[in-house]
Amino acid sequence: MNSLSFTALRTLWIKECTRFMRIWVQTLVPPAITMTLYFIIFGNLIGSRIGQMDGVSYMEFIVPGLIMMSVITNAYSNVSSSFFSAKFQRNVEELLVAPVSSWIIILGFVGGGVARALLVGILVTLVSAFFVDINIHNPLMLILTLLLTATLFSAAGLVNAVFAKTFDDISMVPTFVLTPLTYLGGVFYSLSLLPEFWQWVSKANPVVYMVNGFRYGFLGASDVGIGTALSVLIGFNLLVFATAWHLINKGVGIRS
Amino acid sequence: MKALEIRDLHKTYKGGTQALKGIDLDVQEGDFFALLGPNGAGKSTCIGVLASLVNKTQGQVRIFGDDLDTDLVRAKSHIGLVPQEFNFNQFETLLQIVVNQAGYYGVPRQVARQRAEKYLKQLDLWDKRNTPARTLSGGMKRRLMIARALMHEPRMLILDEPTAGVDIEIRRSMWSFLKQINQQGITIILTTHYLEEAEMLCRNIAIIDKGRIIENTSMKGLLAKLNVETFILDLAPCSKEPRLEGFEYRILDDHTMEVDVAKSEGLNGVFRQLSEQQIQVLSMRNKSNRLEELFVRLVEGGRDK
Ligand SMILES: Nc1ncnc2c1ncn2[C@@H]1O[C@H](COP(=O)(O)OP(=O)(O)OP(=O)(O)O)[C@@H](O)[C@H]1O
Ligand SMILES: [Mg+2]
Repeated sequence: MNSLSFTALRTLWIKECTRFMRIWVQTLVPPAITMTLYFIIFGNLIGSRIGQMDGVSYMEFIVPGLIMMSVITNAYSNVSSSFFSAKFQRNVEELLVAPVSSWIIILGFVGGGVARALLVGILVTLVSAFFVDINIHNPLMLILTLLLTATLFSAAGLVNAVFAKTFDDISMVPTFVLTPLTYLGGVFYSLSLLPEFWQWVSKANPVVYMVNGFRYGFLGASDVGIGTALSVLIGFNLLVFATAWHLINKGVGIRS
Repeated sequence: MKALEIRDLHKTYKGGTQALKGIDLDVQEGDFFALLGPNGAGKSTCIGVLASLVNKTQGQVRIFGDDLDTDLVRAKSHIGLVPQEFNFNQFETLLQIVVNQAGYYGVPRQVARQRAEKYLKQLDLWDKRNTPARTLSGGMKRRLMIARALMHEPRMLILDEPTAGVDIEIRRSMWSFLKQINQQGITIILTTHYLEEAEMLCRNIAIIDKGRIIENTSMKGLLAKLNVETFILDLAPCSKEPRLEGFEYRILDDHTMEVDVAKSEGLNGVFRQLSEQQIQVLSMRNKSNRLEELFVRLVEGGRDK
């Protein structure tokens, strides 16, 4: 990357970070509150009656999944709403007239989504530290799954925003696809509790691999193989980034 | 050197609208060029293609010799665009908007800040630098877009109806600003509905209507053309061939002739000469002229404002 592209990327990334920091009450506070409620209700009140899961307390069991859940939602909604509003207010044209390549546009927006996801992830982890002792089994795995999940859902949010024609179109996917996938993605239960058929079905859900890969990083326990989890993450990343590149490069939804 | 070279440019939008139907246009470096035309003529489409906001259907565009198809990055960096519609983020401050735009062109932040001060001051916006763009008045928003377009110091500035919705005082100050940067060597192309604006500013002009260039000439040449009217005279049958001194005229057949008359000259001379030759004029009408008709429309449209 030459220095001009680097300046462009840095500019876009800083602009994206400034955007979510400016509206931190909408972007950073809600996930912290939601997760605190989850910890109190599921972890503390209900969890204490459930006992152990996968050899740890229920509270410890759900922490990685809850962090992952907020990473997924925040990565996705940051990029989908930022890119959609850039399209809507037409300020995406500021990028289109400049000598900025499609990759820079993608990396800049995804970079913003990742930054917010990580920030929220850290916030939620801090909140969870009030309720459980946090031990890290495998830091590398932890960071890899975290980053790959953040990039994947940021890029997916971008693809969504490219196709979106109204604000409703960017809330449809989170409501009808993301939320069910995360709730059924093994955040709150171990797959081993499910009947065999449903375990098999669950393995078609990519979120299962992210939650479990991440949980492995914390607890050293996982319902799926670690290699498989990473491969699934990398595979989906390649797929979604290639799609995003194709769309932005062709100018779908942004160039007439 | 040619600042802009357009050959056989076509644009058909997805719905099937043919916005450009084969445009050829040259603009020399240092020129102040007007693209004049009524609503829907294709001005913004043409500019959109130059600025990479619209994908062309066919044709070739070169900007300072750099082809849009093969040297896109260089071609883009020559152009500063002031679009017709406001297209900045309404929630960002003026300073953020202009500094970020410079960043997209690879201008380091330090340099961008200095330039931001220079251009925002020149355009009388420096006091507002830390307010969100949505709080600006319409005229200020237009000037903000001019400042933004200059941040990477382009060789050519393209303005799409820069003075739409701007009062006469600010319009005048914008005109003098544009003249001044043109004198510093920046090539300027602007679109407008107003002949007056083109007349005040531009040296050369192209008129576009329904996706075609119908006139491409110097401003002086155009004004001269507009000052001449052509009349068609029906004459009573007569053995002599009519002759007029001091007028351009054409004999179409033995009872019809065409005469060009400058508006300042008047028709008396024509009638006097014909009477002296004992030629009777039965009737007379204006020859319809597409350019002139268009102008009547443009000028009247301008007066409505
Ligand atoms: N994005 C678009 N999709 C489809 N058709 C379009 C689009 N943009 C413009 N057109 C059509 O192309 C034609 C030319 O429009 P254009 O905006 O280039 O005209 P213009 O000369 O800039 O007009 P105005 O003076 O009103 O700004 C019009 O018929 C318009 O409806
Ligand atoms: Mg227009």
